[in-house]
Amino acid sequence: MGNDMREIFDVIIVGAGPAGASAAYRLAQQRVKVLVIERGMAPGAKNMMGGRIYTHSLEQLIPDFRERAPLERQVVKERISIASGKEMTTIEYTGSDIPQDEESYVVLRATFDKWLAEEAEQQGALIISNVQVTELIIEGEGKRKRVTGVRCDDDEVYAKMVIIAEGANTVLLEQAGLMESTDPRSMAVGVKEVYKLKKEDIDNRLMLTGNQGMAWLTLGDMTDGLLGGGFIYTNKDSVSVGMVVGLEDIGSAKHSIDDMLGAFTSHPSIAPLLKNGQLKEHSAHLVPEGGYESMPKLGGLGYLIIGDAARMCMNLGYTIRGMDLAIQSGICAAEAINIGLRDENMDKVPKMYEKQVKNCWLGKDLKRYRKMPKFLATHPRVFDTYPEFVNSMMRDVFTVNGNGAESLMKKLWRRVNTVGVFTLIRDAWKGVRSL
Amino acid sequence: MELLVCIKQVPDTSEIKLDPETNNLIRTGLPSIVNPYDMHALEAALSVKDQIPDSRVSVISMGPPQAEEALRQCLARGADDAWLITDRAFGGADTLATSYTIASAIRHVERTMNRTFEMIFCGKQAIDGDTAQVGPQIAEELGIAQATYACEISVDEISRTVLVKREHESGYELMEAPLPLLITATSELNEPRVPSLWHSIAAKRYTIGHITLRDMPHIDESRIGLGGSPTRVRKVYQPPLRGKVDMLSSVEEGSKKILELAYHVKPEKFAHLLVPSDEPVVEAEDYDGVDVSNPVVRAAAVDSVVPKEIRAVQPNTFAAEAAKQSTDAQGGER
Repeated sequence: MGNDMREIFDVIIVGAGPAGASAAYRLAQQRVKVLVIERGMAPGAKNMMGGRIYTHSLEQLIPDFRERAPLERQVVKERISIASGKEMTTIEYTGSDIPQDEESYVVLRATFDKWLAEEAEQQGALIISNVQVTELIIEGEGKRKRVTGVRCDDDEVYAKMVIIAEGANTVLLEQAGLMESTDPRSMAVGVKEVYKLKKEDIDNRLMLTGNQGMAWLTLGDMTDGLLGGGFIYTNKDSVSVGMVVGLEDIGSAKHSIDDMLGAFTSHPSIAPLLKNGQLKEHSAHLVPEGGYESMPKLGGLGYLIIGDAARMCMNLGYTIRGMDLAIQSGICAAEAINIGLRDENMDKVPKMYEKQVKNCWLGKDLKRYRKMPKFLATHPRVFDTYPEFVNSMMRDVFTVNGNGAESLMKKLWRRVNTVGVFTLIRDAWKGVRSL
Repeated sequence: MELLVCIKQVPDTSEIKLDPETNNLIRTGLPSIVNPYDMHALEAALSVKDQIPDSRVSVISMGPPQAEEALRQCLARGADDAWLITDRAFGGADTLATSYTIASAIRHVERTMNRTFEMIFCGKQAIDGDTAQVGPQIAEELGIAQATYACEISVDEISRTVLVKREHESGYELMEAPLPLLITATSELNEPRVPSLWHSIAAKRYTIGHITLRDMPHIDESRIGLGGSPTRVRKVYQPPLRGKVDMLSSVEEGSKKILELAYHVKPEKFAHLLVPSDEPVVEAEDYDGVDVSNPVVRAAAVDSVVPKEIRAVQPNTFAAEAAKQSTDAQGGER
């Protein structure tokens, strides 16, 4: 079994997550010789998220994904809750006749990412797991600096283009000096637990049938007033519960993030859902939350950056997106490379990729919500004062105690005064403007 | 040098469960791994290959077609060839039938590929069955020397001998053996390497050859599979769970608890004797005259032990004890 050390690939992709696997899929489809290197035992082994994928970009890549992908449940119910202390105010929306391109599903990353990578493999991509890329190979200096391949310990492999899909923790890019070191203000940490439950119990407790699923986001004081929130997603026969907390102030928080998650799962409005559930998984991961403003240059001579590594993630508080962006960025990168290979001009590929991203919904959406992360980060009232405000107002509205009723207006006004009417208007205005 | 490694794909026992009714292993959904001791066997073979130029490492396994994945993990670490012994007829085999089948397959490979394996490496035991029988039985079947529980080896190519340090429960044994030799590896032997990129690429592209019953016309069919297996499992059961465990945070608390539980001494009675751990310890005088360096005298000083139960073990009886134990281990059925 001779090792041909001089074998050269058209494209090397670092990381077999959804971004890397999508790029590999699209490239292999065009008969491009592509090598994907994944450091996990299998694609998906190192990945984690709350659980929801909006499938419009996946549909572009694999039109019949509904028959093939390991999807847990389709999200038809949305819940948003505002929690303070043991109180909780919830809004629930149940959709119906959701158009195909607006569908979203709950998935488990260990199975979903593995499936997507296998699909890419069937298209002809070579996917190598359990090997870590330790360094990017860079030739030239200054403006002529060019990524020509990757090093995995003692082994080197070269390609015409390297796609870096290393995920949120951008070790390789920072080490190679292709990206500034990550600003903790733009990162969050997510922790998640998966509880196994009977399917009927999940259905009954959340009023779901068949493969209907729920996405439930909560905001409130369970994050100790820090930027963040809790999430619950329904799988087939388990429930994913977790929370995301901004990294910047986590050191000064009163509680550890595990304690926060413990308080969340034992909240009187959450605990009944998890009753008799068996804890199956506990995981944690970095989440890039900086949005558009934190995005690096998307490529340079010999390399492109896609997915979480390029900070393509959107958290608006009521929707959280990452995988659909990752898949779209993989498609854009693959298409730019296909043109470059056809024209035998790889140096124009990074510019073309950047343009592709900017001109499709991916760049436009990221740009539209560019002020949101900053708004959330600089308005901690969103995470403590307002949840308390909302819940106490609801308490007032629904309270009957035989002490004589107050007018509704008076009840509301009293609560508004606790925050300050001008503060409230200013925050509301800024919040709406950032959307 | 021609080197062969025998490996087994096992369920990851950190996640194993028994079916409470049938007492069988629940194998579905369990992640499969290469038996960890076999990884040390592979590493041993790869280090010999690194040491002796023009060596070749082959890997062989017996199991269902999924076991190809385990062989690929070995190829990804630098093995050159891999075969899978797979046939429904081999299913349900105990260690005796398994080792006969593997030995027959090794002879088959030697005959058809025209190579002679000079060293065969196995893990000391598999973590699912824990019998430690298959390695030694393969050596017996092939009629070659064996060195089990190896924790250090050095190969002398010129004299064609191997120096093996064997691990016992009570010490080590150093032995020299001629080639061909079968070695079973302990985890002390080495630190297995991680997969490398080019070997992983080669592993992905490698076509693993299957060895089936039809490939081995000379095999004695009465000695394979379920029919060739004299072992019967009478009962498999889960040992009762241990009682409640108290985690004590400090040495003081631990000592108090021991006195309380073992000697029924109430903590108040010895509170004045306790020395906080940050104070310097005063060297205690040998107040009861017990020579603590002599285990027999020391044991005799403990009230609860009846003196006639104490037996002095002389150092030179260790080897005899160990030899007896190792024959027991090889000869005993599970």
